[in-house]
Amino acid sequence: MLVAALLSGLVLGGTYALVAMGLTLQYGIARIMNLAYGEMIISAAFLAYVMFSTLGLNPVAGLLIAVPAGFALGYVIYGAMMTPLVARARDKASLEIDSILATFGLLFVFQGVMLVTFGANFTSYSYLNDPVTIFGTTLAANRVLALILAVVFGGGLYLLLTRTLWGTALRAVAVNPGAAPLVGIDVNRAARLAFALGSGLAAAGGVVISMYQTFTATSGVVFTMKALIVVIMGGVGNLIGALSAGLILGLVETFVATYVDPGLTLAATYAIFLSVLLWRPAGLFGRLMR
Amino acid sequence: MSRALLSVFVFALVVAVLAYVPFIAGSYGITLGIGMLGYVTLATAWALFSGPTRYVSLATVAFFGIGAYTVAVFSENMAYPLLLAVAGAIGLAVALVVGLATLRLAGVYFVIFTFGLAELIRQLVTWYEVNVTGTLGRYIFLPVTPEGIYWQLLALATTAFLISWGIGRSRIGLALKVIGDDEVVASHCGIDIARVKLALFAVSAVLITLVGAIQAPRWTYVEPTIAFNPTVSFLTLIMALLGGANRLTGPLLGAVPLFMLFEWLSANFPNHYSIILGLVFIAIVFVLPRGVLAFVEENWRRWRKSGVKNLPAVAE
Amino acid sequence: MSELLTINGLTKRFGGLAAVNAVSFSVAKGEVVGLLGPNGSGKTTVMNMISGHLPPTSGTIALGNETISGLLPNRIALKGVSRTFQLVRGLPSLTVAENVIAALAFGRRRLWGDTARLEALSRLDEVGLAHRANQLAQQLTYIDQKRMELARALALEPELLLLDEWLAGLNPTELRTGIELIDTIRKRGVTILMVEHVMDAIRALCSRCVVMNAGRKIADGPTAEALADREVITAYLGDAHA
Repeated sequence: MLVAALLSGLVLGGTYALVAMGLTLQYGIARIMNLAYGEMIISAAFLAYVMFSTLGLNPVAGLLIAVPAGFALGYVIYGAMMTPLVARARDKASLEIDSILATFGLLFVFQGVMLVTFGANFTSYSYLNDPVTIFGTTLAANRVLALILAVVFGGGLYLLLTRTLWGTALRAVAVNPGAAPLVGIDVNRAARLAFALGSGLAAAGGVVISMYQTFTATSGVVFTMKALIVVIMGGVGNLIGALSAGLILGLVETFVATYVDPGLTLAATYAIFLSVLLWRPAGLFGRLMR
Repeated sequence: MSRALLSVFVFALVVAVLAYVPFIAGSYGITLGIGMLGYVTLATAWALFSGPTRYVSLATVAFFGIGAYTVAVFSENMAYPLLLAVAGAIGLAVALVVGLATLRLAGVYFVIFTFGLAELIRQLVTWYEVNVTGTLGRYIFLPVTPEGIYWQLLALATTAFLISWGIGRSRIGLALKVIGDDEVVASHCGIDIARVKLALFAVSAVLITLVGAIQAPRWTYVEPTIAFNPTVSFLTLIMALLGGANRLTGPLLGAVPLFMLFEWLSANFPNHYSIILGLVFIAIVFVLPRGVLAFVEENWRRWRKSGVKNLPAVAE
Repeated sequence: MSELLTINGLTKRFGGLAAVNAVSFSVAKGEVVGLLGPNGSGKTTVMNMISGHLPPTSGTIALGNETISGLLPNRIALKGVSRTFQLVRGLPSLTVAENVIAALAFGRRRLWGDTARLEALSRLDEVGLAHRANQLAQQLTYIDQKRMELARALALEPELLLLDEWLAGLNPTELRTGIELIDTIRKRGVTILMVEHVMDAIRALCSRCVVMNAGRKIADGPTAEALADREVITAYLGDAHA
């Protein structure tokens, strides 16, 4: 029971960490608080579902389509919606509020489109639903794959940001958007790329989620909330923080569901969130990307 | 002076005319009136706190739902006025707890927390109903007529409006303006910022809770997904923003046309409702970021200025 | 003379940096004391801790017999400490009169309505700004904003007034008016602690000076003596001049 809870907690936590990394890029670098983030995740989940059930395309191959599509969508949304907001923002706070409001509207548009297209039913498909035995407990193979994919994406992103010039530029913008132009970094371009990259990660998260969870057109909000909580716990813009906080959240949720009551997982999530906010508003792992 | 008197007169006249509406309107008219008055109150109460403090609260439906659900739970064993008082008290208690915990956080954390608050309360209520009482839905049988609900909401809307007007003229109104300009100066002037914000948040939350409590009997059947429907927060927010959250009549001017639009949309495009809603909202954020009133005023001033420029001899 | 302000072992750390390091001094009732030092020596940080804008890392600040360190600015303001800011902070969307009324309405006297308005006008008259009472604060010139800020600070009826480079940026005529103004305030019995770089003003107004360098107090005494102190000259001008 304990090992089983630990393993499913890791799977869940890996997924949370993956989606939270995308949000922390969008908020930490592009300074856009994207409330439609969860809807981007669910859109990708539906995309994976459609590709699997109509084209017979397996979700891992589906990633090759979904992630670039998410990247492109983010790129377009930033250009069309966020650029004017950035241009008119007087300071960081007013951009935050404007972006919250604009993406709040976007949330309803995305959700509406999905409701019209797919209805409000629970959706899932069966892919690699075979039992695998690890440490004496059985786990569905798709969950193991989900964890592996989360590790691959997270690790890849980490290397991209820390080992490449391009990534260093993005981190520079996260640390100090005012000084970045002084060393020749185009902040707007960096913000746009970060936003697009974040959307790509949202798409990856959506595909991974669709492999082992049921979802509906309206479940995006919960993912946004959880991603936000992980981002704040980990410290805005901090990738390692997001990773650790995601794992903690996944483990706590699984343990509460296993040992307390499945109906109280969200309450537990909030309790953590609130205590982190009150105790360490800058996050458990500090604010800056390390 | 005479202008102030005129405003009072117009206000009293409008309230009187609205109070008379149930005698001439049919049942559909009353239903429409209830919805509209509900949203006018919600938007005014929302703007009361969020306008001057710039704390964008997405928790409207949390309090609205608390009001509705309290009435549903206690409707069988309490007198109606007591029912409203209890609902208001619960709303106040929740507002104080949430406010004390979150108001000292930076604005964006407050938005995020309130964004999920309704969801949290919904889940807790669902959990409680399933595990403790064993039923999810509840019926509300109360001897309240639609006309009664209408008049109560009118009274509440009037109260909200008067509170908002009174605050604008009072010490606390000045405190809010100072806080809005510069919190550091505000506290160095002796203003207890946390207390002012908390007081305002509480007043706003109680008003919102009462809207939910008064409207609840219209449903007859309530369950958490109905009472805590996030669209309520969303609509309230758009209405207040459209009109302009920093002005007395702003929320009112936003609530009336948007409510009509949404009524029409949900009747004619039930499936595409939320898409259109989202698009309208985005349009408002982009085109009228500070509300219709500010927009009109600015253009009026610009137009007048250019008018004066053309007649240089007249100036002074 | 009884001490109005007593600072003991005051320290403020920002991360590893000690911006203010174990500073102790006191200001007697009715005194005008200059707080001097090169840029970055921690003067404004001391002011910020006295007014409650920053909490001290350690050490205590007492007003009379009461400890005020650790209180929020609004509590400290009500105990009789008011201030101006190094970078002038008006309330731009309020009128000049409302700027002053803000301090009257929430200060120690809690004035409101016509009383507050009249009082605000007489406060503005003191600083020579009554004719601008109904303008928006954002329309004022820099100098007038400083005047308004002083009127707002005085409206709190302070026992201790903290002036953070209030005379900086004035031309010679304005400077003379400014010095006279501060002198009038002193004569009324208000105790003043001022951070200032204008030496003429310090000589004219301050009976005593506390000099800081790199977060520490390096001199404390009658103005002429403090300014002639070896360590003070070194701090300002470097070793060669000492």
